[in-house]
Amino acid sequence: MSKCYINGIGCVSAQETTNESVEISDFETLTQSINPAKKQNYKEYIAPNMIRRMAAGVKMGIVASKKALEEAGINNPDAIITGTGMGCLVDSEKFLKAIIENDEQYLTPTPFIQSTHNTVGAQVALGLKCKSYNVTYVHANNSFETAAIDALLALNETADSVLIGGVDEIAKHSTYLHQLENLVKSEDEISNILKSDTQGYLASEGSQFFVLQKKKTSSTYAELVDVAIHDVLNQDQIADKLNSFLNTNNMSLADVDSIFLGVNGDKKGDDIYHSLCESLFKNKQQVYYKHLSGEYNTVTAFGLWIAAKCIKNQTIPEVLRLNDLKTDGFKTVLLYNQNRGEHHSFTLLKSC
Amino acid sequence: MERKVAITGLGIVSAIGMDVQENYNSLISKKDGISRVENFSTIHKEVIKVGEIKLTNEELIDKLGLPKINNYSRTALLAEVAALEAVEDAGIQNIQAYKTGFISSTSVGGMDMTERYFYSCVENKEERRYIPTHSAGDATSKVARRLGITEFVTTISTACSSATNAIMLGARMIKAGKLDRVIVGGADCLSKFTINGFKTLMILSEDNCRPFDKDRTGLNLGEAAAFLVLEAEDIAIKEGKNILAYVSGYANANDAFHQTASSGDGEGAGLAMEQALKVAGLHPSEIDYINAHGTATANNDLSESMAIVRVFKNEVPDISSTKAFTGHTLAAAGAIEAIYSVLALQNNIVFPNLNFENSIEETKIKPITEPLEKELNHVLSNSFGFGGNCASVIFSKAN
Repeated sequence: MSKCYINGIGCVSAQETTNESVEISDFETLTQSINPAKKQNYKEYIAPNMIRRMAAGVKMGIVASKKALEEAGINNPDAIITGTGMGCLVDSEKFLKAIIENDEQYLTPTPFIQSTHNTVGAQVALGLKCKSYNVTYVHANNSFETAAIDALLALNETADSVLIGGVDEIAKHSTYLHQLENLVKSEDEISNILKSDTQGYLASEGSQFFVLQKKKTSSTYAELVDVAIHDVLNQDQIADKLNSFLNTNNMSLADVDSIFLGVNGDKKGDDIYHSLCESLFKNKQQVYYKHLSGEYNTVTAFGLWIAAKCIKNQTIPEVLRLNDLKTDGFKTVLLYNQNRGEHHSFTLLKSC
Repeated sequence: MERKVAITGLGIVSAIGMDVQENYNSLISKKDGISRVENFSTIHKEVIKVGEIKLTNEELIDKLGLPKINNYSRTALLAEVAALEAVEDAGIQNIQAYKTGFISSTSVGGMDMTERYFYSCVENKEERRYIPTHSAGDATSKVARRLGITEFVTTISTACSSATNAIMLGARMIKAGKLDRVIVGGADCLSKFTINGFKTLMILSEDNCRPFDKDRTGLNLGEAAAFLVLEAEDIAIKEGKNILAYVSGYANANDAFHQTASSGDGEGAGLAMEQALKVAGLHPSEIDYINAHGTATANNDLSESMAIVRVFKNEVPDISSTKAFTGHTLAAAGAIEAIYSVLALQNNIVFPNLNFENSIEETKIKPITEPLEKELNHVLSNSFGFGGNCASVIFSKAN
């Protein structure tokens, strides 16, 4: 396989992630059950006449992708690959609401058009006039990971530069339904997510994009070594599957310096992380990030953004630390995520 | 030496048949599946025509042997019927014997249930079981569990080109040695959401659609699911499999012209066809049949025709759109038409383009209107979607 380097990153999230002067250590722990992304000065990125009708996901995606492309100095990638669990959910809800309330009458096409899952990827391509390979993956918590796997294939084929990203929106009624189903915490259940004894996570939204290239450049953050997904695993299979993933990359768990975990405060899924922290990952530097980002289907892209910054700076800010174990610098990082035992992903990064 | 990608199993449900054989019989006897909506209520019932599968959800649940109380969307029900047929057709006994993936695609996902219960489930707890099934990946994971596939499972949504991209990703994963075997395809059911969406875009026909006709009046929506089993050729041979055809070329390009309209000259479509030919190592003259996207909208058929004429010049191969049989099945269309392309290769027959009378003036393309028997070696299938997503795939005969 050819090498894959992360050479540009961009992030819109519930934190001030587009402001270069704000450090990860300045991020504040989320304290709401629903946490919207920070508003951006969209006029800097998008023609003013287009902003009003544009879905939030499209706007976030355009900002994050422009930042990543600018940093890597790329304007026409060989592929644009997007992951989104739910697409532009606000517009889907808007169109659905109109159908139900007006008995299929007086509808306008814009929310329908934007409800299509590939809208963000398409709008990014349209903005760049980029005619290359363009795909959108919509597989819940593994949407972004499949985009990354596709990018690794593409770089091994003929592509030199690939733009990948994740994007998801908060939408009011869907989030309310998720609260009814204990997928999202209610306001009275908010606590330190590490000590949560209730079901559900803190809902959020965001978009993260990355330029991946075959060659290392002055803006390189890290090498993206490999990504693997498992749609479902029993707890006792995780160690085996992780070991074989590392073996495929000529590594073992002993080579991994730091583990970024998807702990999100949902007791139903976090038990898996906590038990791994006590066993398989016991002597590893453990990191978490969803107290800062909240949860959405493609939040692992936020995890990758955080990990890329930590590797480049060779420091892990205190706010991310899940245990006290420290190492002198770190070379190899593993991101592990799952959702209630489904949609497991392993993402392996190396410092350059 | 690059691994060749063999097709060893097919499964399909559409408005013209509940399995591969029924679909084939309908195609060669010019029997379309276009009718009125019967399975659910919509105020457009008497206005539009659709390619509806005439089995209710309850009948599909019975057919699949699922518990009466379940949380399958219709998309998931259709997907499971087609995927089970494909795996059986490929003679797979032990799915875990090789590294096997599952790549599905959808545009509707669980919307058919969401649109019924979105508000009422607040009061009615019974209906809340459909909340998590709204996600596009839900049907994929359900079918993967039923098939016993646990590792590489994913879902693509690139509007009407989705399933073609699923075939392409599957073939690339096999070539890269990441998977030995992969079941690829897509599923979409009819829903009020899509009917009304396309209605607002004013591209639904009130009559049976007429692909490539000068006086075409828009598309008929359809519902369907189809899956193909792809295997690395070396493994298919080792297992003594009957190879039905090969996936020899594929490509994806973006028109980057407009969110919902194709460019006048079909630039993205042309790029996809040219690059697919390049991947297959074929000259345009070696394509014997094009199963076109041919939705019968004013925009698509002109744009696609322009692109075909540009790529194939004076040697435009025999061409037909099968959308007048099935309706436009959105994300599933690429898989439906992939199966029709394989059936064409196996039986040396070009399927007819129904309801055609006069050619589009700009391109003069005259599709095949009666079943045509001739030797076929390479078939090109096109799928284009909103967002400028254009995808082409080439299937080649198994020798």
